[in-house]
Amino acid sequence: MKTLRGKEKTIFQMGGEGKRGMDLPKPEGLAPIAISGPCMRSTTPDLPDLSEIEVVRHFTRLSKLNYGVDDGFYPLGSCTMKHNPKINELIASLDGFKWSHPMLPYGMVQGTLKAMKMLEDALNEITGMDGCSLQPAAGAHGELTGVMMIRACLEKRGNPRQFILIPDSAHGTNPASSAFSGYEVKEVASDETGCVDLAKLEEVLDENVAGMMLTNPNTLGIFEKNIQKIADMLHEKGALLYMDGANMNAMMGKARPGELGVDVMHLNLHKTFSTPHGGGGPGAGPVCFLKHMAPFQPAPVVDGEGGYHKLDWNRPDSIGKVHGFYGNFLVALKALAYILSLGGKGLEQSTEDAVLAANYIRASLKDNFHVPFDIPTLHEVVFNDKKQAEFGISTLDIAKRLIDYGIHPPTIYFPLIVHGALMVEPTESESKEEMDYFIEIMKKVAKEASISPELLHDAPHDTPVRRLDETKAARNLVLRYGGGDE
Amino acid sequence: MSRFFPLSDNDRREMLRKIGADKIESLFSSIPESGQFKGTLNIPSYSEQELLDLFRNLADSNTPTQSFAGAGVYAHYIPASVDSLASREEFLTAYTPYQPEISQGTLQAIFEYQTCMCALTGMEVSNASMYDGATAFAEAILMAKRVGKKKNTVLISDAIHPHYRKVAQSYLENLGIRIKAIPTLNHKVDIETLSAELENEDVFAVAVGYPNFFGIVEPLDEIALTVREKAPKALLVSVTTEPLAFGMLTPPGEFGVDIACGEAQSFGNYPGFGGPLLGFLTTRQKLVRNMPGRVVGQTTDVDGKIGYVLTLSAREQHIRREKATSNICSNQGWCMLRAVIYLALLGKAGLRELAELNHRRAETAKKAISRSTHFEVVPGMSFNEFVVRSDTDLEDFVEHSVVNGMFPGVRLSKFGLAPDEMLITVTEMNTVEDIHRLVELMEAVK
Ligand SMILES: Cc1ncc(COP(=O)(O)O)c(C=O)c1O
Repeated sequence: MKTLRGKEKTIFQMGGEGKRGMDLPKPEGLAPIAISGPCMRSTTPDLPDLSEIEVVRHFTRLSKLNYGVDDGFYPLGSCTMKHNPKINELIASLDGFKWSHPMLPYGMVQGTLKAMKMLEDALNEITGMDGCSLQPAAGAHGELTGVMMIRACLEKRGNPRQFILIPDSAHGTNPASSAFSGYEVKEVASDETGCVDLAKLEEVLDENVAGMMLTNPNTLGIFEKNIQKIADMLHEKGALLYMDGANMNAMMGKARPGELGVDVMHLNLHKTFSTPHGGGGPGAGPVCFLKHMAPFQPAPVVDGEGGYHKLDWNRPDSIGKVHGFYGNFLVALKALAYILSLGGKGLEQSTEDAVLAANYIRASLKDNFHVPFDIPTLHEVVFNDKKQAEFGISTLDIAKRLIDYGIHPPTIYFPLIVHGALMVEPTESESKEEMDYFIEIMKKVAKEASISPELLHDAPHDTPVRRLDETKAARNLVLRYGGGDE
Repeated sequence: MSRFFPLSDNDRREMLRKIGADKIESLFSSIPESGQFKGTLNIPSYSEQELLDLFRNLADSNTPTQSFAGAGVYAHYIPASVDSLASREEFLTAYTPYQPEISQGTLQAIFEYQTCMCALTGMEVSNASMYDGATAFAEAILMAKRVGKKKNTVLISDAIHPHYRKVAQSYLENLGIRIKAIPTLNHKVDIETLSAELENEDVFAVAVGYPNFFGIVEPLDEIALTVREKAPKALLVSVTTEPLAFGMLTPPGEFGVDIACGEAQSFGNYPGFGGPLLGFLTTRQKLVRNMPGRVVGQTTDVDGKIGYVLTLSAREQHIRREKATSNICSNQGWCMLRAVIYLALLGKAGLRELAELNHRRAETAKKAISRSTHFEVVPGMSFNEFVVRSDTDLEDFVEHSVVNGMFPGVRLSKFGLAPDEMLITVTEMNTVEDIHRLVELMEAVK
């Protein structure tokens, strides 16, 4: 984790006039400039002036202040930080794909459209759903799209209704996506098994409820054992079931949402299907749905009838467009490459290994860290800081101390229903040696918490920067170089 | 056994033993019997070599072409350094920088990107990216609505990209926000209608393209003046699909625009059949708490050393849930990284030169086309794309050109607009020879 230099100036503090990092064809034999008047720029935007090598060194050094999946264990729960195969990058950078333009005639982009169709078909097979749209650009975007589809479906039946039900363990995007689709959110409490409390559901479920967003397995890693019952209860009241499929990595080949009563769901290609997170994105959040929801999916729809692929824009009941074009196509390609590398059996194996790994870590650490919900879990395990709290140690301290040992911290303080949550998701990509190292370090940190807590309070020690003052960042806003008070 | 799995069968047995489970199936016993999938997923598997062949075949079944396509997605030259630096695994395989001590690379890159976007647009604050220009536009209107509180009507120019307007409609209609379209006059905002519509007290924002969908540089000074005079409280939103134009055009910030948003794919990102793209959203400091999306701020660590963190997260879904300023979580971070590397390479001088090169090549094409027999250039000051009108059947013309290895431009009928008009985009990728070939093809029509 150490870098050669712990500090790198910004690009605005380097370089000098007259330098350049990019050269251009000469403007020979061209018509003159034809812009004039108040719209002609009189100021020069303050970009840096750097040579190529300075730019190369700058971003190379910056990269060394980061930590990626290729560096080591990255057990961020709910984020599924699995191996990002290199071949996927090569495939997504083939000229025929990366230069394909979205407004070309269909006859010129047959390969692109066919790849989209292949991915849709594969995702339908994995989820047991009937149809799929690749338009949403990330998980939250898929949620928004799916809830919009629920709204359109109910509107068509005469009344869009008022509420979406969401378990209290849900990810923050669920309530936000519901609100942005024009719904009010009603929270449903979890029971002592970490699952939806059916009695509580019964209480809030009526004809004003449009649907429920259910994460399965939920954010505690627990399979919602009553999902079929929940679906029946909703359907009986004319409401629909949305599944947040962020955790599909726990289910591939084991259960299919389409057979569990789910009407519409999203997948995160940047989780389950190995596409890299890129330090924040781009992801892709395809929605899959049952046949009865198909009329409402975003337009256009890829149509591969008879082997010739085109886009069908004539979708009178569609929610419309949710993306400027057709979604994050180059990301979709990477996911397709991953799926075809593994095949059906391999995908199931990845689920088995991911679940095995999470349970192995749970079994190995349950005496050292408190497990708030002592219920069988699938692909992730949620610990908390209850045992360490008596030494004045919090989840944050544990997380930061792991950094000193070259391990990326787990997801912390999520889900919100667990006080001081430490959510560990190892995925199928970790060797037993890597997991054993993590287990050994976690035990060591637990011991340090009791004998030398200051080691944890002061952690991390060896990083390019140490704990940062987030309050100051929010109070004294400096959001660009030269901006703010400094 | 797939090459992706690092567990050996022996490891698996040992792990099961530690767990106290007899077989792997028992770990899935929490899935009720009635919900279990008993079959095998019907998906074939390929070796890496076979996989590459399969995808090469697919990529090769796309037709390579000379192209004057734009309309929201632009083909620009991308320096080798961009691909090389962005491919560094530390950037590519990292998550969102939730742990700032080991994410300073990503965080500083975002801070630099935010600074570059502010410089380009003349605005004070930039977020760390949105999904694309269309969703950035929709979210900009929602942001304006938060500022405008009780008011409920937004005026949207018909000269904004039709796909952006469609996306905005999907986003706004469920929230009961009223969209009033401002018609075009000569492919520009009809300022008289705009002025009349501003009489409506209910207007919380006005959105215009700059340059607009037809490539025309709207008189943003006049528009801003009209809005300020008629509805001083309404926010002015500008939308840009080709921000390279800001190398030559007065930035929206200098005209007093409140939110400048759009698509920044042009900066170091491939067309990629329209994704992944790079939505940008910039605004004024005083509106920052209403802004959607992530933002990075500078601070210091316990030793007083400068560092960067995600900040103002009290606006975001993971804290505010249904009251958040947006539902966005994952964004387009890596596309943003490519953009800041690209802009750092381009620099002040390069930006201006590249903008001028695009503009002058487009002007060269305009001149040549205006001398042709069946095509005329729709008048208006433009940057690197413009509309032509023709008395021939454009569908036939496009087909004929494609057969001759050239995609001549995007027919506006693709967007439900005038069937006799076509949008032509000229970048540094289109040489003067290409322009001559285009005109030859135009002259060859009957
Ligand atoms: C359970 C769950 N739902 C939804 C999301 C949102 O996905 P995205 O970040 O792709 O928008 C996440 C990702 O963090 C998640 O873990």
